[in-house]
This record gives sequence, structure tokens and C-alpha cells, in this order.
Amino acid sequence: MPHRLELIGITKRFPGVLANDNVSFSVRPGEIHALLGENGAGKSTLVKMIYGIMQPDSGEIRWDGQPVQIANPKAARKLGIGMVFQHFSLFEALTVLENIALGMDSKIPSRELESRIRDVMSTYGLLLDPHRTVATLSVGERQRIEIVRALLLDPKLLIMDEPTSVLTPQEVEQLFEVLRKLAAQGCSILYISHKLHEIKALCDTATILRGGKLVDTCDPKAETSRSMAEKMIGAGLKDIVRAPGRSLGQPKLVISRLSTTKTGHFEVPVDNVSFTVRTGEIFGIAGVAGNGQNALLDALSGEIRSDDKDAITIDGYPLGLLDTTGRRKRGLCAVPEERNGHAAVADFSLSDNSILTARDRLGMVMLGLINSGAAKTYTGKVIADFAVKALGPASTAGSLSGGNLQKYIMGREILQKPSVLVVSQPTWGVDAGAAAAIHQALVDLASAGSAIVVISQDLDELRALCDTMAVINMGRLSPARPVGEVSVEEIGLLMGGVHGSTEAHDAVPA
Amino acid sequence: MEILIPIVITLVGAATPILLAALGELVVEKAGVLNLGVEGMMLVGAIAGFAAQFYTGNPYFALLIGACAGAATSLIFGFLTLSLSANQTATGLALTIFGTGFSALAGAPFSARPIELMRPLFPAELATHPVWRVVFGYSAPVYFSFFMVFAIWYFLKKTRGGLILRAVGENDLSAHSIGYSVKGVRYAAVVFGGAMAGIAGACFPLLLTPQWAERMTAGRGWIAVALVVFASWKPFRLLAGAYLFGLVMTMELYAKAGGGPLSVIPSELWAALPYLATIIVLVLISIRRDASTNAPACLGKPFLPSN
Repeated sequence: MPHRLELIGITKRFPGVLANDNVSFSVRPGEIHALLGENGAGKSTLVKMIYGIMQPDSGEIRWDGQPVQIANPKAARKLGIGMVFQHFSLFEALTVLENIALGMDSKIPSRELESRIRDVMSTYGLLLDPHRTVATLSVGERQRIEIVRALLLDPKLLIMDEPTSVLTPQEVEQLFEVLRKLAAQGCSILYISHKLHEIKALCDTATILRGGKLVDTCDPKAETSRSMAEKMIGAGLKDIVRAPGRSLGQPKLVISRLSTTKTGHFEVPVDNVSFTVRTGEIFGIAGVAGNGQNALLDALSGEIRSDDKDAITIDGYPLGLLDTTGRRKRGLCAVPEERNGHAAVADFSLSDNSILTARDRLGMVMLGLINSGAAKTYTGKVIADFAVKALGPASTAGSLSGGNLQKYIMGREILQKPSVLVVSQPTWGVDAGAAAAIHQALVDLASAGSAIVVISQDLDELRALCDTMAVINMGRLSPARPVGEVSVEEIGLLMGGVHGSTEAHDAVPA
Repeated sequence: MEILIPIVITLVGAATPILLAALGELVVEKAGVLNLGVEGMMLVGAIAGFAAQFYTGNPYFALLIGACAGAATSLIFGFLTLSLSANQTATGLALTIFGTGFSALAGAPFSARPIELMRPLFPAELATHPVWRVVFGYSAPVYFSFFMVFAIWYFLKKTRGGLILRAVGENDLSAHSIGYSVKGVRYAAVVFGGAMAGIAGACFPLLLTPQWAERMTAGRGWIAVALVVFASWKPFRLLAGAYLFGLVMTMELYAKAGGGPLSVIPSELWAALPYLATIIVLVLISIRRDASTNAPACLGKPFLPSN
């Protein structure tokens, strides 16, 4: 039997970078094939060429043994290639049915489309009400829309781009069931991820890319996560080094009955949250995106002020009524999730960005005048200490890659030596090397006596980094537990909305 | 009863241009574009319609010319905001200033030269009885405005084209990534909005006062813009809103004329009521900002695709 998809010597060059260098691999019918690599390894470029968004500079794509030119996504869909993107292209105010109709190439009467959607849903156990508005759906449900949209075209190859980065462990398991069912029926799946345990659990073959080159094609079940990770980053993996004999000190940051009111359209507010972080402790907050993490970060940083001065205290000093500047002066620094536009101003130089958050703690402003020399020196130190790839303090924040900007932002806060640091998604979209550096910096800051709160959707990250963990669901926080004492399954249930036995009745059916 | 009939007829006359202009703006805003130049486009439509009627005496041709003039004016806005990604609010305001000045300049030779009003659509025999006059006594734009309420509702709600238009207004980047032409859809919507504003403007000389007067639309374009928000971007609510505002304006006229109980409230207050109502509605809407207000998510944001 011919291969379903075969890539032979695919090369793609962008100005200044060789995104794909002579890459060849093939996918059999019914095979689940992993495409593994760090950010910038060339996975997305490769997949975009298969889906017709870009054209290779040289090399050949064969489909069922025949050489093909895939001019655009429409041509790809015609061949039977479907794709589920990492970032959904959905319309929040429209219904599931309307969203699917918009993505179809041919005009289908809505009644017929609806019955076809229901067929696909029942075949694969993808439950969704076609008349629900997307805004009311969870991220997992939204992903189902994209999958249904792709399945309606009877694909022979389904490309999934980092599909699990936003799902709970239970939702991941359900997704895997669907994918296995599809594969059993002969549909090939190209599964892009950097989560190694998922690839080991799901995939038959893994192709590993590094710096645009194919490093290895292997059987993930025969490899260890560590061996694949080392192929992926091309070097030995650094473990987080913790200072020996570390013990947690006195309560530093105490949050009691913190609540926010509903602000944006679909924003979930924080509901009566209390927790304590001790000196030297890293406190992790897990949860599926959109469960109040943004409101919690804003409430902690001071963007949303509390009515109650004692809702937030550091070493007993009340901060509840203070704004961000006031809280920064008292030692509470925060890094929001959105790098460009929230944590940093894209069009400002790094030096100016440093002034925005470090001016009071480091005396960059005197009598209303900016001490630009101090800002430049400090920014240079951040760039050097955190190995930020930037031309210098004068480069604009927007000119940095995501990972480098994140390293700069983390460095900018950490070098201020805050007594409490709150960070959201510290390594979102950051490659493994940079992530390890950021993790190490957080651990070092904690060892030096700061209290740290990490809000993240990445359970692996939280389990590796934190001493204590809690889960946020619909704005409420589960009781905190030492990381060693909770299982992934328990966390998963909490993320899905099951709060112990007392509130099991309002669990969201997964 | 006999008193009510002229009130109804005045009311319809006052409401029709607002409704037409607001329907156009509704479609524009549903595509995610905020065109604050409605007043300016109406004035250009008004002078173009007036001139066409003055020279040809064919009111249908005059309406067509008004529509074309409004559409052409809207293309200035479209080019600046869609092709050059200029700020929509500022460009819309500039368009109104431009339309006001341009229409005053173009209209100067026509001052104090009357034209003929547009005749009712149906034969006069149908409208001899006062009650039938309320149904059959109007000229074509009035019936056209009712038809457009239904047509736009149907288009937005039931057709694929309407779905694409709403999608573009809701999430331009997603619509682009699926493969729809965001700029194309928005240009079409803007030109449609301009044509509707042009017709609305031409209604002033053709239906209401058969003379050219500078700024004869008297701020109705602004009311139309506010009405779209007032109606939560829903065509049938727009119909109700336009007639509510039309009623208040009619009351003002009767109060001015010293019409009995209405004159208890000074006519200046009547005149201010639509604007007060608009401000109150805008305040209310900005207080309860939730999905039910139905605002297109990309309203007023320039479309800047990354690749």
C-alpha cells in the first residue's frame, strides 16, 4: 500500500532563516504520527506547506503515491487533508452551527448541515449542541467544533496542532479516544506537540525536528521522555536545581476572601479566594483557561483593587486598597499572561519598558524626571543575566521573539527582588531551553526568601516547580495541597469542576 | 381621530429618513465598521437629490442620484479606513465636516429655488378616505424603508452572505484565516451604508421641505447612529426606535405650533428629547456591557492581518 503522505526533501527558506532543511518523512494510512520539536524547530512551517498555506522552495509532496502541488487550503481539503489549529478561528457571538457553516467550502442548506453534524458527533462521541453560542462553551467544547468541522470533510489525514495545550487531563483522554477511533478507520493523523508523555501514549511514530532539520524518526513507545526531549533540544536536559535543606518560612503573602466583580463580556470573576504563601514557597494555581485566572492576576497585581484592605497582606501589611504602583512599592510584583500589550509595550524600547515597572523600586525617576542611564544599566543587566537575545536596551519589545521577550519580562521583575512575585503562564509558548532558565530563576528567587505565585495551565510545569498547589475553577480556588500529595487525576477532576464530594452535583459533565 | 391623522403622517415623514440611514449604518456596523459620517453622507445625498430633482423633475432618478452620491462619499471613508487603516472615529467625524461644507458649497446656487415634492406611490383614489390615507398616502421611500427593515433582517439572519458579514464584524482575523475577504465585505457594507444615507438625505428635499437649506438634515444622521446602538443592532427594534424618535419630533412641531396640551412642555424641551434619550440609552448600554447588547466584537477596530 502506498504511503498516504510522503514528504521528500522539503526545504523552505525565509529571509535570514532556513525553516525546513531537506525534511523527508512519510505517514501510513491509519497511522498516528507525531511531529515533535521546540518552538522555532520548523513544525508549523512544515504543516503549513502540507495544508497549502505556504509552498515549499524545493522538495516534493506525495499523496497516496502521487506527486501533488497543494496550492491553497481549499486544495488541501479537496485532497482530504483536514487541520485543527492551535488557536481556534471561531466567532464567539455565533452559534456552533453558524461557525461550522462558515468553514465549509460548499454551500449546504443549514438543515442538512445540522443532520450531518449530528451524525459525526454521535459517531465519534463529540457531544455539542449545534445551537449553542460559542461564547458559552468551554475551551474543550470549542475544540470539538474545530474537530467536527474537519471531520465533516471525511479527511484522510487530520493535522492537529498542539491540541491539548488548553485541555484538562480528562478532556485530553476523550480527545485521544476520538483520535484512536479515527485512526482505526484508516484516517492518518499528524499530531504536533511537545508534550512527550502524550506522544508516548498516543502515537505510533514520532518525527523529531530541530532547527529545521529532521533529527530522528523513532517509535515513541520504545523511547523514554527524556531521550526524546534530548533529541528535541539537542543537548542534555537541565534539571531544576534546588538549594539543599530548604524549608518554608513564615506566612508572607496572605489572601483572605478576595473577590472581584464581573467586568468583561465573558470574563469569570474571582469568588471568595483565600490562600497563604510562605517565605520561600512557590504556590501553583492550576486550571483550565478562562476560569478566573485573569481576574485573579489583576486582583493580586492591583489592576483590580479590593474594597477590603486586609484581603491582601504581605508580612501583615494590608495592600488591598493599593493600586499596582502602591503594591510594587511594598514589594508585590506581577507578570500577566499577555506579553505584548499587557506585560510590555511592543513599540517601546526595553529600557522604557523597564521604567514602566521598575521606576519606584530602583529609583529611575527623580522629581518627575527619568533617569534614563539607570534604566539602561538595569535593562542591560536583565539582558545579560537572563541571556535575552536582543541587540540592546534600545531594541523595541516587539522586535523580540516570544521566548526572549518572556525572559526579559521575567528578568525585569525578578531582578527587582520582589518579596512577592505573581506570574501567569511564565513559559507559555517558550522553548524548553528558555523555560528551564525561567524555572531556575523562579526557584532561585524563592530560595532567596520571596514568596511566589505561579498561575499556569501546564500541569507538568506546576508539578516540577511548585511546593504547594491549588486549582481554580469558575473563579473559586480549591484547598491548597502539597504537590507531592495530589495525583494528576485529582487535579484533573478539580479542573473540571468537581470540588470534593460536597459539590460533586454541580460537576460539569466532561 | 381626525386630529391624529395629520400627526401620523408627519410622524412617518420624520421617521423615514432616520430609519433609512440607521438601517444602512446597522449593516456597516455589523461588518465591524463604525462610520460616524452618516450626517455628512446624508447632506451630500440631499444636495445631489435636490439638484437631480431640480434639473430633471424625476424624483426616482433624484433618489438614485442621492444614493450614488452617498455611496461615493462613503468610498472616501472606505478608502481611508479600510485601505489605509485610518482611525474610523476621526475619519467619520471628518466625513461629516466634509459633507456639511461640500453640500453648503454645492447648494449655494439653489437657495430659494423650490422643487416639486415627490408624489404618493399609490393613486389618489385609494387615499381619499382619511384612514386609507394613513396606509396609502405616502411616497415610495416610506414603503421602501419598511421593505428594507425586513430585507436586512432576512439577509443578516437567514442568508450565507449575512452570516459572512456578521462573521467579519465579529472576528475579522478568523474570517480572514478561513478565507473570506474582510476588506471586500467591509467595502461592500460601507458603500451600502453610504447609499442608504444618501437616499435618507434625498428624502429631506423630496419628501419634507421642497427647498435647499444648508444643514437641512439637522442632526438626524447623528440620531441614526445612536439609534443603531439604541436598537442593539436589530432591524425591527430599529423600526420601533425610529418611530419613537419620529413621534417625539412630531410632538415638538405641534408644541411649537401651540397645539393644546402639548405646549405645557416647552418646544425646546421637545426638541431636546431625542438627544437626551440617545444620551441616556448610550449611558445605559455602557453600564451593562454584556453579550445581550449584541454589539459586533470588532466594531471600530481596524483590520490588520499579520500576513
